[in-house]
Amino acid sequence: MDEGLRSELSKQGVFTTTLEEIYNWGRKNSIWPLSFGLACCAIEMMATTMARYDLARFGAEIFRPSPRQADLMIVAGTVTKKMAPQVVRLFNQMPEPKYVIAMGACAISGGPFKQGYNVLKGIDRYIPVDVHIPGCPPRPEALIHAFMTLQKKIDEQKLTGNGRPRHVDPDAPSEFPVPQFGEHDLVPPKNPDVWKPPTLNRYA
Amino acid sequence: MNAAVDNPALLVVVFAIAAVLFALVPLGLARFWSSKFSPLKPGPDKNATYECGVESKGDAWVQFKSEYYLSAIVFLIFDVETIFLLPFAVAFAGLPAGAFVAMMIFLVLLVEGLIWAWKKGALTWK
Repeated sequence: MDEGLRSELSKQGVFTTTLEEIYNWGRKNSIWPLSFGLACCAIEMMATTMARYDLARFGAEIFRPSPRQADLMIVAGTVTKKMAPQVVRLFNQMPEPKYVIAMGACAISGGPFKQGYNVLKGIDRYIPVDVHIPGCPPRPEALIHAFMTLQKKIDEQKLTGNGRPRHVDPDAPSEFPVPQFGEHDLVPPKNPDVWKPPTLNRYA
Repeated sequence: MNAAVDNPALLVVVFAIAAVLFALVPLGLARFWSSKFSPLKPGPDKNATYECGVESKGDAWVQFKSEYYLSAIVFLIFDVETIFLLPFAVAFAGLPAGAFVAMMIFLVLLVEGLIWAWKKGALTWK
């Protein structure tokens, strides 16, 4: 249905929608996050859910303690190399459609501990991150902004055709390889199918 | 209307059908939606029994030492004996001879049991 006919109908008091729109509308307004805090960012995540910032306004107040019931993983805090396999495994256990918000400097890059031998330099090396939030820690407003960004992303997802998201594409993977503890580092140190950092051409 | 009046069970049947449909129709819709749009993607992690970041290690059939039951039974017997000994000690001065003899027999039986358990080696921890 084209937009002109649609606005003409809505002027007459007839509202139309599509299956895709109503599906995405329902999904984006009932995102259930996994109650999963790794470090100090988790304190800000808790504050976001409480009365002052009230994440419930966005339909996302139900933090599930089980990955089987969660739609969204908020990686809130420093991911040490000891913890990274567990994070990936929990993400694997979440049912599709699932999303990831990497919250704070540590989760997106290693942050102040980037030079540490035991800190993963960003969880996006192993799992596909939808929204990155900078900050150390990000304020609750920043997390709410990330939620709204994610809602916008969900709203624009197509059910069919090219460029459809992972959960409706039968060929896209739902589980990602869990890294193992190697002799000196995690094996593999990154998942090249997931981690595609922007390359900077210095001599252009 | 008349049918409902004639047979009150008809309402129950209507309610039962509505209840079953109320439960099954959303499940069927979800099943239809998943078969049409979202493909099933099972995997070893997703199908794991234990939903946790850490895989469970070892066997759940942990064994306890069975000798523990002997110490437990001996403790229970003398625990109960103490309950009888306390009122015996409180009322000791005013007791008739028959009651005193009965209590002594009770004590001798228990002490005999203790000696027997001792000789059997129930009090040494293996």
